[in-house]
This record gives sequence, C-alpha cells and structure tokens, in this order.
Amino acid sequence: MTAATIKTTYREAMRAAIREALVRDERVFLMGEDVGRYGGCFAVSKGLLDEFGPERIRDTPLSESAFVGAGIGAAMGGARPIVEIMTVNFSLLALDQIVNNAATILHMSGGQFNIPLVIRMTTGAGRQLAAQHSHSLEGWYAHIPGIKVLTPATLEDARGMLWSALEDPDPVLIFENGLLYNMEGELAADAGAVDISTAAIRRPGKQISLITYGGTLFKTLTAADELAREGIDAEVVDLRTLRPLDTATIIDSVARTHRALIIDEGWKSGSISAEIMARIMENAFYDLDAPLARVCSVEVPMPYPKHLEDAAIPQVPTIVAAARRVVTGHD
Amino acid sequence: MPSLGADMQFGTIVDWRVKPGDAVKRGDVVALVETEKGVIEVEIFESGVVESLVVQPGQKVAVGATLAILNGGAPAPVKAPDRVAIVQPTVPIAAEMPAQRDVTAPESQRLRVSPLARKRAEELGFDLSSLTGSGEGGAITVGDVEKASARAKTATVSSIAAPVTAAKGLDLGAMRRVIAAAMARSKREIPHYYLATTIDMRKSLEWLATENGKRPVTKRLLYSALLLRAVALALRTTPELNGFYIDDVFKPAEGIHIGVAISLRQGGLINPAIHDVDKKNLDELMGNMLDLVNRARTGHLRSSELSDGTITVTNLGEQGVESVFGVIYPPQVALVGFGTITERPIAANGMVGVHSMIDATLAADHRVSDGHRGGRFLLAIERLLQEPEKLYGN
Repeated sequence: MTAATIKTTYREAMRAAIREALVRDERVFLMGEDVGRYGGCFAVSKGLLDEFGPERIRDTPLSESAFVGAGIGAAMGGARPIVEIMTVNFSLLALDQIVNNAATILHMSGGQFNIPLVIRMTTGAGRQLAAQHSHSLEGWYAHIPGIKVLTPATLEDARGMLWSALEDPDPVLIFENGLLYNMEGELAADAGAVDISTAAIRRPGKQISLITYGGTLFKTLTAADELAREGIDAEVVDLRTLRPLDTATIIDSVARTHRALIIDEGWKSGSISAEIMARIMENAFYDLDAPLARVCSVEVPMPYPKHLEDAAIPQVPTIVAAARRVVTGHD
Repeated sequence: MPSLGADMQFGTIVDWRVKPGDAVKRGDVVALVETEKGVIEVEIFESGVVESLVVQPGQKVAVGATLAILNGGAPAPVKAPDRVAIVQPTVPIAAEMPAQRDVTAPESQRLRVSPLARKRAEELGFDLSSLTGSGEGGAITVGDVEKASARAKTATVSSIAAPVTAAKGLDLGAMRRVIAAAMARSKREIPHYYLATTIDMRKSLEWLATENGKRPVTKRLLYSALLLRAVALALRTTPELNGFYIDDVFKPAEGIHIGVAISLRQGGLINPAIHDVDKKNLDELMGNMLDLVNRARTGHLRSSELSDGTITVTNLGEQGVESVFGVIYPPQVALVGFGTITERPIAANGMVGVHSMIDATLAADHRVSDGHRGGRFLLAIERLLQEPEKLYGN
C-alpha cells in the first residue's frame, strides 16, 4: 500500500461516510434509536451528535414504523434522511412503510415523488444475540421492486456506498453485518464514493465460483485460501448489491469456472441463494460442469449458545468441504 | 463391498440405485461399483428394507466393507438377526445424502452428464456412452470428455501401440495389472494339461444356414452360440471341469455358467458369465451374448456376471487363429478354446472331401481332472455338434 492509507475499522469507515455526507449536503440527517446520545447501538454514530447537533442527529422513540415513515415523508419533502434501524429483525415492524410506501410511491404517484431515503441496519449472526436479533433477512428485501439492497463487506464499500446511496433518487437499504464492525484494515486516505450496481471479483480463480456477500465474504476468502492449498483454484464473487443483482458478473464468472457454490448466511428456502441459482440455470446451463451447491444457515431460529450458533451459520470448513465436493465430485 | 473378481481388493461406489426406505429383494441391482474391470452393477444378497447407505458415491472401500444397512423386512432364511449388515461393520460416514437423488429404475439408464460436458462432446462429435464419469455420482464432466477425446486422437494416430489407457473412466493400466496377477497366479499354481481336437462343423453350419434362412436378420443364430450350447451340455457329463478349486479342494459348481472372454476395444479383457447355459435355448443364448458384449463394452456388467463364471470359453476365431491354448482363470479349473473355422481336405470313407473344420482345445487343471476325462469332454462336444438340431434346447 502507498503511504496514503489509514488504518481503520469497518465501524469507523461507516462513521466517516455518514460524517462526510452530513458535511457535504445539509439536507442529510441521521435518525434512529439511540443514534444520538448513546452514539448508536453499535457505536457507528458515536460523536456525531456533538459535532452536528440534535437537529441532524435525531434520537427516535422505539417505533420503527413511525420513524421510517417520518424518513419517507422527509425524503418526499426534499431532505436526504439516513434512517438507522437497530437490526434487520426490528425492521419487520417497519415493513409496511418500506414495502408499501417507500418502494411504491414513485409508481403510485405517477412518477411525481421519488423517495431519496437511505435505511441502514445491522444483519447477521455470530454475536450471541439470539433469534430475535441475528437473522439475515436482506434476501427478503431483495424481492421487492422499487428499492435497492446493498451489502457492503469491505472497508472500501463501508466507506463508499453510503454517499452513492444518498445520490440515488430512490430508497436504498444498506445491510451492515454485525460481525464486520470491528474488522480492521488499511483504507486509502482519500477513499470515497463507490458504485452500487456491480458485483466484484475479490479473488480470481479458474475452477469454481464462490458467490457470496456481506458477512460471509471473508469466511469465503479464507476458504478459497484453504482450497488453494488443496490445489483447487476458486474465484470469489462479492455480490455487493442484492437488488438489482449483477447477473452479468455472476454469469461471466460461472461461464469461466463452470461450477458455482453460493454462500449465504440466510436460510436456503425461498432465498437470495435460490435466486442466484435460478439465474445461473437460466443463463449459464450449458456452461455448467457440476450441479450448483449452497452453503446457507441451518433452517432453525438462530440459537443463543455459542457452539450452536457457530454450527448454524456458514463456516470456513463447511465452505471448503462443499466447494471440494462440487469440484472433485466427492468429499 | 462384494468381491467382483478373484483379485479385487477395493471398489468405488459410483452410484446408488436405492435409497433408504426402499424395499429390495435378493438379486436387485442396488449400486454401481467401479473396479479395475469397469463399472459393475452390484446385486444384493438379502431381501429387506434399506435402512441407510453407509458408503457415499465416490468413496473407495475395501472388499468386505459395509456398503449399506438393511433392515430385514422379509424374514431372513437362516441367521435372522433383525438388522442384516451386508458384510462387516466399517468406518462410519457422516456425510448426509443429498436430498434428491436420481434413484428411480428407468432413469438409471440415462447417462449422468454435465451440461457443459454434453455440449463439448457434441462439438467434438464424441460418443458419451463409452465414458464413465469422474464427477459426482459418476457424472461425466467436461474434463472426462476432453481427456477421452484427446486419447482417442492419440490412439488413432499411433495405430499399433494402442495406449493401455481407456476412453472409459476404467483404468486399463489397472486392468492389465489385474489380468497379470490372475494369469501369473494361474500359471504358478495350476498344473495345466492341454488337449486339442478338430471338429467337423459341416453339419452344424448346414443346419444353421437352413435355420437362419427361415429367420429375419435380427433373429439369426451364430455358430458361437452352438459352440456354447455344446460346451454346456458336454459339461453335464464331466462335472469335474465345471467349478472352483479353492483351498486345495475342488467344489463342483451347481449351475453351468460360462464365462465368455470378451476383448475390449480399448484393450484389456473381461470374462463375464452367461448363467445356466445348459438350460437356455439358442435364441435366449444369442440374446444373452449380444447383451453381454454390449454391456461389457459400455461398462455396465453385473456383479454376479463377473464372479459367477464356472468355466471360461474363449473364441479367437474372428482373429483367424486356428487354435488357442488358454490360461485357466482361477479359481476355475478349465478353459475351452475355439479357433477359426477353416475349410480343409478331409479323408473320410475312402474319399477326400472339403470340410469346414474347427479346432477345439481344452486347458484343464490336472489337480482336478485327468486327460482321459478331458478327452471325453472334447469328444462329447464333437458329437453334440454333429446333431445340431438337438442343440437348440427348449
């Protein structure tokens, strides 16, 4: 890396992105539960209240439906709200606002009203927060036309996706995997906005496409390293955006490797992993040299005990084993 | 894992034809197993309900290892424990079965080919049916197609020194080693004696010509079927040539199952058995022979066919060979060889005539039989071939 990098964390990168947005555009404000005086449930907005004041860093009541609705109204009125929901599980309380209002108003108003709203929320398991705080439901939102679904996994994306989301005239949901907040790394000092419509090849390879996003990206990259030691050359595709899905990058990768394994912390049934498989079948059937496979979470409510939670979600050894099976035809 | 040949030590499950919960009866094909001799359909010895599959496709296990657990649905005959393991307990396997597997009987005939492999084979004009796959569940992958295609090309270029590697997933190098081991053992342990006689085939050929004249092309009989019938019926009177020599004891076989030596196109040799040849008529036998050759060359033989032969017949007539003195396939005790049919001047009844003659030879195990018995056996074959109309069977 050049000298122009800084050591940072995913949390700090996300905070830097919010701060930059607040500085650059006075229409931007942040609101949500405990984002102000408490500094955010995951400390993402720590210090922002002191810097920007209660008008722009707004604590809300415990009422997801109300404050997401308020965000929609503010966006219609010309503001650029960033609404933080503590976890994806709680966002279900605001499902009516997100799905029935934010996603539809442009259409229902005959194109009169865009909703330039950004909703951030935490997703994923691995922190012993049990079955009401740990699920990965971003795949559900990817089902809904009218919204965009982003899943930043790298420091660059944590730093750069928010501004692009705010620039977008329509509602954008950003899913931050809770396990990533403490991730440290080097980030270019001048890192800024990134595109929010393409997937990225995080590791090129020739024998299998490991397709993943968010919290399982780094497990998958570790798995790819282990596979390399076994002589299996795996490519890792980071989806980055679940809606719209970058089908072209997925198909291009599979057309080169002829095999694919999808790794998703969501459950299998009716999931984004199923959607990806369907698109591969629709577009790359004759390029496939082995059945597609998935590593997903076990279909149970997320357990609280650590060993059960570990067993319930994708882990490096299960990814390695599944990829090996796809490539070699046996365990 | 059953022993599918005298020198088999390991087998690899290629595919299961049953799944847990399926009812099976003795003789059902339950799995495909790859050995050095090809992919073999394994029949089950017991009836019952499959409780679990212990060995997964792709796994290589030793002969004697447990492949699956049966739950004795039907009352087992003698030793009737509730759970009948096919063989011995073995390594537990944790892998879970894929939720949906291709297990239905009709589908079993369909080749498992990856879409890419199928497309590539079409581009190359390559026949997939000659391949055995290396992928999951024996599926043919693009790598299998490209390797086989490359080999086929080298094979056609360097015509004579045909490489001892097969287009099929079957390892011909390994097959050659197996043949080497069996033949070396045979020559080391079995005191062979050899007899030869020349048999007049005129009556047989005339009878065949008349018989075939009445038949559509597809139903025509070959003289090799007559030869098999003659061998089988002659064996009824010389049981000491039909059976196995194991642990210094000869065990006559109950049925007459003739192993037919079939050379494979890619090189190598296999001798699957036709069961109960003495009880089949010529049409049945013809059907069996064609079926066997086809399946042997596409690698779809059944376990009982590979291990049940009680004697072997080798027919090198097609190659123009006049006589063949064979090496007995242990633990069998005899091998009958036929050469090509040639026209020869034969003096008989004070006249010289041109007759169609065939050399029949016997290689037999002197520990079990003597030249005298062997001679009677060849004589019996000769006599049977003089009355071909009686060879047809019921």
